[in-house]
Amino acid sequence: MPEGGLNPKAVSTDGGPRIGVYVCHCGLNIAGKVDVKAVVEFAASLPHVTVARDYKFMCSDPGQELIQQDLRDGLVNRVVVASCSPLMHEATFRRATAAGGESPSHVQMASIREHVSWVTADGDDATEKAKALVAGAVRRVALHEVLEPRQSPVRPDVMVVGGGIAGIHAALTLADAGKHVYLVERETTIGGHMAKFDKTFPTLDCAACILTPKMSAVRTHPNITLWTYSDVVSVEGYAGDFRVRVRHRPRYVREDLCTGCLACIDACVHKQGKFEDEWNEGLSKRKPIYIPFPQATPPVVVVDREACIWFKTGKCPRTCVDACERDAFDFEQTETFDEVEVGAIILATGYRTFDASRMPEYGYGLYPNVYTSLEVERLLNAAGPTNGEIVLRDGSRPRTVGIIHCVGSRDAKHNLWCSKVCCMYSLKLAHMVKERIGAEVYNFYIDMRTPGKGYEEFYDKVLREGVHMVRGRVAGVTDEAASPEEEGHLVIRAEDTLIGSVRRIPVDMVILAVGIEPQPDAQEVRRLFNVSCGSEGFFTERHPKLAPVSTFTDGIFLAGACQGPKDIPDSVAQAGAAAAEALAMIDRGHVTLESSTAFIDDAACSGCKTCVGLCPFGAIAFDEDRKKAAVNEVVCKGCGICVGACPSGAAQQHLFTDAQILSEIEGVLEYV
Amino acid sequence: MSETDRPFEPRIVAFFCTWCTYTAADLAGISRMQYAPNVRAIRLMCSGRVDPQFVLAAFRDGADGVLIGGCHPGDCHYQEGNVNALRRFELLRRMLRDFGIEEGRVRLEWISAAEGDKVQRVCNEMTERVRALGPLRLEPGPRRRVGVGVVPVGAAEAAAGPAAGEASEPVGVLETEGREAR
Ligand SMILES: Cc1cc2nc3c(=O)[nH]c(=O)nc-3n(C[C@H](O)[C@H](O)[C@H](O)COP(=O)(O)OP(=O)(O)OC[C@H]3O[C@@H](n4cnc5c(N)ncnc54)[C@H](O)[C@@H]3O)c2cc1C
Ligand code: SF4
Ligand code: SF4
Ligand code: FES
Repeated sequence: MPEGGLNPKAVSTDGGPRIGVYVCHCGLNIAGKVDVKAVVEFAASLPHVTVARDYKFMCSDPGQELIQQDLRDGLVNRVVVASCSPLMHEATFRRATAAGGESPSHVQMASIREHVSWVTADGDDATEKAKALVAGAVRRVALHEVLEPRQSPVRPDVMVVGGGIAGIHAALTLADAGKHVYLVERETTIGGHMAKFDKTFPTLDCAACILTPKMSAVRTHPNITLWTYSDVVSVEGYAGDFRVRVRHRPRYVREDLCTGCLACIDACVHKQGKFEDEWNEGLSKRKPIYIPFPQATPPVVVVDREACIWFKTGKCPRTCVDACERDAFDFEQTETFDEVEVGAIILATGYRTFDASRMPEYGYGLYPNVYTSLEVERLLNAAGPTNGEIVLRDGSRPRTVGIIHCVGSRDAKHNLWCSKVCCMYSLKLAHMVKERIGAEVYNFYIDMRTPGKGYEEFYDKVLREGVHMVRGRVAGVTDEAASPEEEGHLVIRAEDTLIGSVRRIPVDMVILAVGIEPQPDAQEVRRLFNVSCGSEGFFTERHPKLAPVSTFTDGIFLAGACQGPKDIPDSVAQAGAAAAEALAMIDRGHVTLESSTAFIDDAACSGCKTCVGLCPFGAIAFDEDRKKAAVNEVVCKGCGICVGACPSGAAQQHLFTDAQILSEIEGVLEYV
Repeated sequence: MSETDRPFEPRIVAFFCTWCTYTAADLAGISRMQYAPNVRAIRLMCSGRVDPQFVLAAFRDGADGVLIGGCHPGDCHYQEGNVNALRRFELLRRMLRDFGIEEGRVRLEWISAAEGDKVQRVCNEMTERVRALGPLRLEPGPRRRVGVGVVPVGAAEAAAGPAAGEASEPVGVLETEGREAR
């Protein structure tokens, strides 16, 4: 005999509601606060309740078996589980109920953990509130209709948005599994941040050596359609059947013809670069026709319309065009669009770095020799603006370098979070600067955060190499010398918490370890794909531990730093997981659709058309002959907006009918 | 327990959309934020599902306050459900005034999935505000406490699968006028 007891009441013998109430202890999470026995006793006294039990963990196999046994024994035909939130386990108990032979729609949960035991100080209050929620659930489930889960087939293709390392890895994994992937990248090349680095911590392998092969694999893979310089403009549909519209911006060079010989760049009437090179963080100049870096993928040049003389004046000999042996130029190009149908979407839109000029005390933008870490990554890169030479803006070599950790991170004024990668990349930069030019390097850190395989060992190695570590927050950077030896240098003022005094350290170069932030357009992207963001703007996963790459919108998955600060190994791991989730969905072949769709009681419909205009998805059609509205259940997303507005009570929503909600209202109010 | 032998504890019914505010309430739980036990949340898919009828029914059934929670403007999972909720809320407020129900007894709040602390704050504020207003005394018409789905055991068979229509039967003056006022 399981815990709890059978309700002493007689069992109904025919088709009327026979409700089983199952109160979960959730270990001590609920039982530690709520008097579960009292809730069971109370539940047993409610109308139609034939069974009321409690159990340690309802979601466990034996817990689910309790329900199934009662269903099989005919003791119950409706189930109330009073436990955690329905967002956590509704699917579990629907499945259990279906396995017990009852319609999965005959389940209602009362959230007595998230909404009661975890938020209520007093045990008696908690027990009373739990009873009220159980009463609401019992009242409502008595009215639940029988709904069979609706299934819809899943399209086999996948879209990956964002071509950084996360998007690349996800795309290749899916393509290797035989799925067709549309990879959409808004820049002219894939690669993301990683393509800007020279080496990567902690192994110090060359970023290009491990990334470029993956980039070309994307370009040549028969299962990948690569769309760069493109973005998603609209998303319609639902899991398994999304219709996505993608905009391609004109490069004025035909991608199918350009071979990346770069003859046109040499031939441009601009003999020197004149325009800020974004890829090099503005540390160099480029021409109006350019390619971000030699291994850019696809290796296709692009014309910058704002800078090109032809576009600006209509007068230019267009020596570029003449230089092209492939006739690839097309100055008439305009935006084009593609519309594709995919079953799943993976968002891998990455991050941006903190804007260092938001902390004027560090002198970025004021002193030319204050750099961001990303700029220094470019300086270190052999394909970068200085061909890998670490030189200051005046061309001289710094003899002392100060690296300031946590810029913009862990700071109540800016971002509260730890950006997770800055300690490690700061150590990497310290090592590389020391190795290349033998400079004295000072790292100013608050806490040294090096969790990860081989990371603490990397820190030890850098320490042994003689990099100076100063523990304490940096107050500021100044060029005002307080002593002759500071003359002509930048001075970093920091509190050294280990020796307990304020130090002034003169350096030639300051590197700001800028933190990781959500993309500036994260909110728009989030709305486009209907996913949510935390208050800081990183996309929210469905569950931080158990569903880290899923979102609350079925069929949309997350990979990489768009979900939160992450290094490359973590981004790749997550990308693999997102690809696996998408594969699982596709190979299952179908998704279960929203059950709470709207329907219209034909007889009650007065033909007022209120609902028709309100539906955000155009799911309601109006029959002009009969003067009646009708819902297309495949298009309906189950919001209930039309239902809330129908003046005749004709529009209703499955599992959220007026009657069900009104009963729940009565229930939560009745027994307190 | 009868209402007379303990001090007034307001009863508040909340309608939370599942995507933002209900999720935020879950977050408040996960973060163990303690708040007044007076608010009972009913989960809806969208704040746009809130029918003014529900609010009136809640008052009729003994609620002293009603809270509606949805996604921030522009964030509704269904694009514009919260816009509809807001529009209806304005109408509702006018209606309640006609019934002599104080404005402070209803509240509409946009609470995103990340704002567990806002659920805590709003529930606490709402409880205190309604506590200060005292119990709602509806005139005229008695509180009706028995309704849909409550059928004496034994009579269950007779009422097998209560009809949906039952709920929208006019109950007292509130409901009838409520429907017309829209
Ligand atoms: C200075 C610095 C040094 C670092 N060094 C290391 C290191 O040595 N080792 C390590 O492991 N990690 C390092 N990191 C962390 C590393 O950069 C990240 O882990 C990694 O880049 C995350 O990859 P991602 O694909 O998620 O994002 P990203 O690299 O940011 O790529 C995102 C891609 O998506 C595209 N995109 C964005 N929005 C859209 C949109 N709406 N539509 C289409 N495309 C879009 C972007 O253009 C970009 O190509 C470093 C970080 C910094 C700042
Ligand atoms: S709002 Fe209601 S009555 Fe009006 S057309 Fe729609 S279903 Fe019919
Ligand atoms: S519930 Fe109504 S308004 Fe919402 S999607 Fe369905 S038909 Fe449209
Ligand atoms: S889904 Fe939250 S208000 Fe519409």
